[in-house]
Amino acid sequence: MTERTVKLLKGQTGDWEIVIGMEVHAQILSNSKLFSGAATAFGASPNSQVSFIDAGMPGMLPVINKWCVEQAVRTGLGLKAQINLTSVFDRKNYFYPDLPQGYQISQYKSPIVGEGEILLDMNDGSTIPVGIERLHMEQDAGKSVHDQSPDSSFVDLNRSGVALMEIVSKPHMRSSEEAAAFLKKLRAILRYLGTCDGNMDEGSMRADVNVSVCKAGGYDKFRATGDFKHLGTRCEIKNVNSMRFVAQAVEYEARRQIDVIEDGGTIRQETRLFDSKAGETRSMRSKEDAHDYRYFPDPDLLPLVLDQAWVDGIKASLPELPDEKKTRLTKAGLSAYDASVLVAEKESADYFEAMMASGADAKAAANWLNNEYFGRLNKAGLAIADGPVSAGANAAIVKMVAANTISGKIAKDLLDIVWSEGGDPEAIVEARGLKQVTDTGAIEKVVDDVIAANPDKVEEVKAKPKLASWFVGQVMKASGGKANPGAVNAILKQKLNLPD
Amino acid sequence: MTVGKDDVRKIAKLARLALDESRVEPMVGELNGIFQWVEQLNEVNVEGVPPLTSVVEQRLKMRDDVVTEGDAANALMANAPSGEDHFFVVPKVVE
Amino acid sequence: MSLPTKLTDFSLAEARDAVQAKKVSSKELTTAFVKAVADARPLNAFVTETPEKALEMAVASDVRIAHGEARPLEGLPLAIKDLFCTKGVKTTAGSKILGNFIPPYESTVSQNLWDAGAVMLGKTNMDEFAMGSSNETSHFGPVFNPWRARNSNANLVPGGSSGGSAAAVAGNLCLAATGTDTGGSIRQPAAVTGTVGIKPTYGRCSRFGIVAFASSLDQAGPMTRTVRDAALLLKHMASVDPKDSTSVDIPVPDYEATLEDGVKGLRVGIPKEYRIDNMPPEIEQLWQKGIEWLKAQGAEIVDVSLPHTKYALPTYYIVAPAEASSNLARYDGVRYGHRASGPKDIVDLYERSRAEGFGKEVQRRILIGTYVLSSGYYDAYYSRAQKLRTLILRDFTEAYKKCDVLLTPATPGPAFGVGEKTADPVEMYLNDVFTVTVNLAGLPGIAVPAGLTANGLPLGLQLIGKAFDEATLFKAARAIEIAAGFTAKPTEWWRAA
Repeated sequence: MTERTVKLLKGQTGDWEIVIGMEVHAQILSNSKLFSGAATAFGASPNSQVSFIDAGMPGMLPVINKWCVEQAVRTGLGLKAQINLTSVFDRKNYFYPDLPQGYQISQYKSPIVGEGEILLDMNDGSTIPVGIERLHMEQDAGKSVHDQSPDSSFVDLNRSGVALMEIVSKPHMRSSEEAAAFLKKLRAILRYLGTCDGNMDEGSMRADVNVSVCKAGGYDKFRATGDFKHLGTRCEIKNVNSMRFVAQAVEYEARRQIDVIEDGGTIRQETRLFDSKAGETRSMRSKEDAHDYRYFPDPDLLPLVLDQAWVDGIKASLPELPDEKKTRLTKAGLSAYDASVLVAEKESADYFEAMMASGADAKAAANWLNNEYFGRLNKAGLAIADGPVSAGANAAIVKMVAANTISGKIAKDLLDIVWSEGGDPEAIVEARGLKQVTDTGAIEKVVDDVIAANPDKVEEVKAKPKLASWFVGQVMKASGGKANPGAVNAILKQKLNLPD
Repeated sequence: MTVGKDDVRKIAKLARLALDESRVEPMVGELNGIFQWVEQLNEVNVEGVPPLTSVVEQRLKMRDDVVTEGDAANALMANAPSGEDHFFVVPKVVE
Repeated sequence: MSLPTKLTDFSLAEARDAVQAKKVSSKELTTAFVKAVADARPLNAFVTETPEKALEMAVASDVRIAHGEARPLEGLPLAIKDLFCTKGVKTTAGSKILGNFIPPYESTVSQNLWDAGAVMLGKTNMDEFAMGSSNETSHFGPVFNPWRARNSNANLVPGGSSGGSAAAVAGNLCLAATGTDTGGSIRQPAAVTGTVGIKPTYGRCSRFGIVAFASSLDQAGPMTRTVRDAALLLKHMASVDPKDSTSVDIPVPDYEATLEDGVKGLRVGIPKEYRIDNMPPEIEQLWQKGIEWLKAQGAEIVDVSLPHTKYALPTYYIVAPAEASSNLARYDGVRYGHRASGPKDIVDLYERSRAEGFGKEVQRRILIGTYVLSSGYYDAYYSRAQKLRTLILRDFTEAYKKCDVLLTPATPGPAFGVGEKTADPVEMYLNDVFTVTVNLAGLPGIAVPAGLTANGLPLGLQLIGKAFDEATLFKAARAIEIAAGFTAKPTEWWRAA
């Protein structure tokens, strides 16, 4: 971890700091719901995936899905968090049309997962630790559709009862970049673990962002004492469903709060909605009623008691997670930056690992992906899974460069060919005569020709040895890019009597 | 503890029960009668006593993650006071 | 064994034996009970009669019997408390808010009964959402006790909340009925109608498909005319249900097989705290008689103490309303049930649907429950009450080191007049003073008819057992039944009415 520079916001009365905490709802990837046997697939027709339990019909009772419990434990372990062997389901009581039971089954006092930690990977290659306060399981609510009729709302309970993990961070983030990095890293961990698909468009991952501002120095006092009085009043921003929006919402909200305070106002603790079209947050009228959720242990369920051995079994089956992978890749020769870029998405890491498995050198493969292939994918707007070039083909290209079979220049051309035409890179090199010339006799001949044609440059280079690169370029050009640059350099040095 | 008229109005609101103003006063009396009777629990020293979580002495049973039910929109809607296209319909909710 | 001359006078076990021996057809039996139900409408014991369904089931049973495929309760007509959801048959929980609710599913307990071959006569009246001790809170009007005091025409309550089931069993309108018991709702009505009612151990019968009142206390059980019938019916109501997380994974024994084993050597505890202030002498005397009867049959009588008994009722009146306030939140007029007309917005829809749909007692308990769970009061009320429950359970654990069952009165008095106790909620609540501790501790309890008051009204005794030891309760209850020789029946005054 490098020294962290805290971003300050300028105000009329001095500098301000932002303090951010997050509550992320992540849908557990499961076939059926947390407490019923109804399906969870996205996009089904209204009320077609609703058991009588999910609809809160009289006399219906919840029975917990073991798979969902296992995924919550798996996620907790992935967050390096404490697993609580006894946890309790509570009822959170409130009325809302998409909440059929009149309460949400959640875990309030005794969550299944306690404190943990996430390392944020920042763009400068540094990492920032952010504490996890807890993770608990709960039911999702249904969905109210408001645009079907001018005076009615339509209620679809397909989501009702779907298993969620609510992951709560500590207020350890200090800028919109860190907030976005938190969401990105959390999403990566969940996807590595396979416990959530992280699909923010379909709502399988939703973030509520708690933002407050305080005068410069307030946060350090809070960290030293744990006393929240050093922090400002926070507002909870709901409905933030992309990394970009998280950053926007934080920027807008922090600035709004500073303006309110500097205008002599006070911040009211409230729930605000992020309007992604307007890029602003606004107070949620419907949430203004003072809430009193009357939590109490759900008498339809017993405390959830886990065996340490079962938890250990899950722990033993955990896949390699981004941080561990990053460490391993760094040890294999990658820079911290390259490694963190590759591990940030499970797909890129998997792709990279497939290249390594095909025999490509780690560092060369990383450079190739980060400098060449991923850039092309981005430009084409393609996901890794949809890219036209297989990991095996890219590995073959990288290996041919390493073996001096082709030059770096040819490698890029070759990638373009494979990209647009497909085919086996080695066969293409063979068929189109793209192999690099390493035969020194042949190169010498080209060098001699270039020297002979440019006597004035030969004189200049004696005074300025740096001009040798001009000769290299000419030789490469004359050889159609196929001459081995190392051999060209060596021969030029010798012929021009340049120092080593 | 004594319950007042505001308490009764507040809990009726929380419980989503329309309570005619004429019923507030009598309800205050009824609830206080009950709460005064309940006060006797304060005689008992409960220090160090854990609250009962369940009388059932067994592990929480768990289901396998399989789809066994839920594709029954018609049955689900059959008792609905108001429904359209398999949606339950309520007065417009403002968020 | 000589059989009664009237089919409706058969006990459940007698009817079973007669049907299985093909001495009586299910159709004959069912027809007799269908008529008895129709004739007894002045009692208001049923919310819904299902005569066509009953006869259809009876005919199907007779076919099975003819094919030698009779199941344990084949062709036996039963009444089902209207708290059990019955697929395709209106289920109201005694409330206007569920006045037209037709469940698309069946409760596990009733399904178990149909799977055992039983026939449904209809759904019995009850206190609204099982909240009451007199069946006077039903939206469908009070139920009258088949019993009247000697030389009196005054209508008495049948107890509650399973008042319809108790009246139906006492009035010979069915062979047996199902009930549910949250604070005494099986045992108290059984005691005041001269019938047998057992609340099994919490977790013995599945709660799946039973409209919930207080989830940690609710338990279904049989209401019958004899102890044997209760043993037989419980065997087929109880099950281990994967659909109820609180259903306990212990096999259901054959209670009938050990019914006549006697009480020799059984240690019967007499809890001194049940000798309450102002206990009517008749109750005191009956209790003493019970002690003598068991002693005479070889039981050992032991004095025990359950020091927190007096706190059980106030504890119950925190825990039960708290759970109820949450359980009844689903009745919001959105997906089923009563919806107020012309709501101006969603809150108005909720508030008026619920105010119109729930009766006075239910609303009162929802308010109590909401209050004791609300911010700032949780620790003082709900949390304290749950700690009291721990202490009450410990009392029983201690007592059971010295004895096998406990013997207590079942109720503080006989059936009272309709309207007599509705003015003061607390006075009404006191009816459950002897029964409620059992629910708080999750233990089984059975009420057995033991005698009549001076003016001819039935009184019962209660036996309380160890968790999942219903078999011992049935044995002990049978011993009391034998000794008491309770054969009195109410006069069928309703036929003339």
